[in-house]
Amino acid sequence: MKILKYFVVLAGLLLVACSKDNYVAPSITLKGRIVYGGEPLNLEYSQVGMQLWEPGWGKLAPIDVTVSQEGTFSSLLFAGKYKLIIPKGQGPFMTKAQQGSSSDTLYVDLKDNQNIDIEVTPYYLIRNAKFANEAGVVSTTFDLSKVITDANAKSIERVSLYINKTQFVAGSTNIAATNLSGANVTNLTGIKMSVNVPTINPDQNYVYARVGLKIAGVEDMIFSPIQKIQYK
Amino acid sequence: MKKTIYSILLASLGICWSCNDDAFLDRKPTNILTEQQVWSSPDQALSVLGDLYNRYVDLGTVKNWTAISDFNEAFWSEAGQYGNFQNTGWDYGAWGAWDYGYIRDLNLFIQKCNNATALDAASKERFLAEARFLRASYYFELVKRMGGVPLILEPLTYDFSGDPTYLRNPRAKESEVYDFILKESDDIKDKLPSSTSEKSRATKGAVLAMASRAALYAASIARYGTNTPVVTLSGGEVGIPSSLATGYYNKALGYAQDLISGKAGAYSLYNKKPDLSENFASIFYDKANNPEVIFVEDFKLQSGKTHNFTVVNQPRYGAEEEEGGRINPSLNFVQAFEKLDNTYAPLPTTNSDGTPVYYSGISDIFAGRDARLAGTVILPGSKFKGRAVDIWAGYQLADGSIISGTDRGAQKVLPGKTLAEQVVGFDGPIDGFEFTAQTGFYLRKYLDPAVGSGQRGVQSEVWFVRYRFGEVLLNAAEAAFELGQKDLSAQYMNSLRARAGLTKALTANDISFDRIAHERRVELAFEGHTLYDMKRWRIAHLIQDGNSISPTELNAELDKATKRNTQPYSLWPYRIYAPNTANHDKWIFKVVKLTRVTGADRFLMGNYYSRIGDDIISNNPKIVRNPNQ
Repeated sequence: MKILKYFVVLAGLLLVACSKDNYVAPSITLKGRIVYGGEPLNLEYSQVGMQLWEPGWGKLAPIDVTVSQEGTFSSLLFAGKYKLIIPKGQGPFMTKAQQGSSSDTLYVDLKDNQNIDIEVTPYYLIRNAKFANEAGVVSTTFDLSKVITDANAKSIERVSLYINKTQFVAGSTNIAATNLSGANVTNLTGIKMSVNVPTINPDQNYVYARVGLKIAGVEDMIFSPIQKIQYK
Repeated sequence: MKKTIYSILLASLGICWSCNDDAFLDRKPTNILTEQQVWSSPDQALSVLGDLYNRYVDLGTVKNWTAISDFNEAFWSEAGQYGNFQNTGWDYGAWGAWDYGYIRDLNLFIQKCNNATALDAASKERFLAEARFLRASYYFELVKRMGGVPLILEPLTYDFSGDPTYLRNPRAKESEVYDFILKESDDIKDKLPSSTSEKSRATKGAVLAMASRAALYAASIARYGTNTPVVTLSGGEVGIPSSLATGYYNKALGYAQDLISGKAGAYSLYNKKPDLSENFASIFYDKANNPEVIFVEDFKLQSGKTHNFTVVNQPRYGAEEEEGGRINPSLNFVQAFEKLDNTYAPLPTTNSDGTPVYYSGISDIFAGRDARLAGTVILPGSKFKGRAVDIWAGYQLADGSIISGTDRGAQKVLPGKTLAEQVVGFDGPIDGFEFTAQTGFYLRKYLDPAVGSGQRGVQSEVWFVRYRFGEVLLNAAEAAFELGQKDLSAQYMNSLRARAGLTKALTANDISFDRIAHERRVELAFEGHTLYDMKRWRIAHLIQDGNSISPTELNAELDKATKRNTQPYSLWPYRIYAPNTANHDKWIFKVVKLTRVTGADRFLMGNYYSRIGDDIISNNPKIVRNPNQ
């Protein structure tokens, strides 16, 4: 009986949780895409970063926002007035000055869930990438279009065709790759590349592929959309 | 009865009194020295200086075995470290440093030493010069990691007005910090003794060695910074104009030549032992009249200042503790050592038709290489503390199948036999088995041959060499090359290479950037230079480019400074078991990528200069951020 009593008291103690010391979690989603002409840019996973700054607090520190492979991002935040910036040197593109200002800082007045597209100008785009698979070889045909042609134009360092077991396909995550150096890219249309599919363990009858372009003097690469290639 | 006792006690309490409250309460502290006491005699002041010496900062040192062996020059054979070979690089904050508390203490020391009246002039001058050397050394450390930093040369004092903003200082230009280091060096070099026997305190030699290294770093940032225009800041906090390169190279050469010509004492290359590999290894543990070593962090047994480098890195078989073997130099690094005729070649494991090369001795494959290889790396078939290491991966049978074990020295029955026998070395290599030589190699540099050095309770007193004559020669060679004096460069390179047993002297035409970068890689391996060399030449992002290495690529372009080095490879010896055939008991070698190595390192543009913390920038908004982060 006594044990039962203690147990009830103990259980009662456990039930009492204090809500006073719990902060409200952030609940407003800021979502968006990095786009050019309305089309999202394809980037490398977790390599292009943006920063959200919320001025007005004692110590300043940015909230990091990473951009996904498909050029999307999302962040769970509190309501507030934020500045969204893309740090210099991030991304295979040039940022655009926002309307009515000379800076590319984007002011976000976050009251409710919000969707924003950030318009940028990529140095290059990979278009019409088509993939084919025959007997253990992934081949592709694609066009390149040079978007920035003025004084800021940059040359092509190399073009790479990557394949991977999973849908994260890039320089750091691939099972096979072929490279074509920029010097060998003479015609920007109808470029053909192929890569041998190595033995995959455990076996699977598909791979993911995409083409990436490394721009000379720019760290991040720009890619074609990811394509799942089924075979056998 | 009780009452009586109590009343007596109470009465006696009343009688008791104390006298002379001042003498009783106002006591001299016994656990700290007052300022007056500190500056009353040189001995006391020296002990304060000793503390400042102790706080000297190195990136790679024997006190930090991972920092000294990073960048895939080695695999880390410890279960907790495998993640470093599965990720893709380094945080922007990696290698950051910002200890202005240390700088303040140095500035305070300089200020107070200047004002001290009880010190004799000679010791005062020496102490001041030493403190300024330490301050310049720390600014050098900061500028290497962070770029230009605020140059604070006086202890800052807060006036308690409620507004500390006047204490905010902006970052100096990167070149200004280097200029400060060189100017301080010029000021203090003649105030310090020219003594080759003084290793752990600042000497003229140490100042010249630091100055030549600093000038060389500044020069190469100026020259090669043009290859990475994104790694600059418009205010000059990061990046040095290329027009300054020649001036810095001239200074680097000048300081190095001062030291080489004996202006700071008779330093020379260590050449005491006939076995060249043993000779090279001895530089780092022979503390008796070592003419090569210029400035060290010293350790002493039973003094409280020892280190456990030998404990954690000793060959596991016969180790003095149940651990060791953590740093496993990679095949990439081992293959970088040249053959004695100055040519580069991968270790021959297969013939051109793909069949394996059979060796009758396990160490034959390493024959005819630069003596520094065996001086830096414990190779299969070599010895440590008189005991042969037992590195071999298993038996290969005539049909090509492998018999090996999953435990150190595991036993199995070979075909045609009845008794179980050892089928894998007591030092491994076993894939994923920590503390064994998973790459097939152990590190030899800094390993202490003294008995007991591998015990946790004893540890080692081998010193950590911060500056040595060999590096100064290489500084001179690099500066001379960059200034177009290839003959001079070859001369410096050759004196160092002769010590390594390389038989053919280099001519002026052989000298190239790749040659010099390569020489630094093999001579100064695991001495904390790798990161800074890659950074100042602006080739880190090319070497660590995030792409994995294929086995064919591993053997290609061994002479290139920008050769990809994103993953460590292994070389596993196998013994042939094929009785009554010619190859029985011979050795073959296989190039292996360990299963724990899945990532490929990528050095980002934002890694060139470490991130300055947001807390620092919040406190001082005058600090500009480093580029590309």
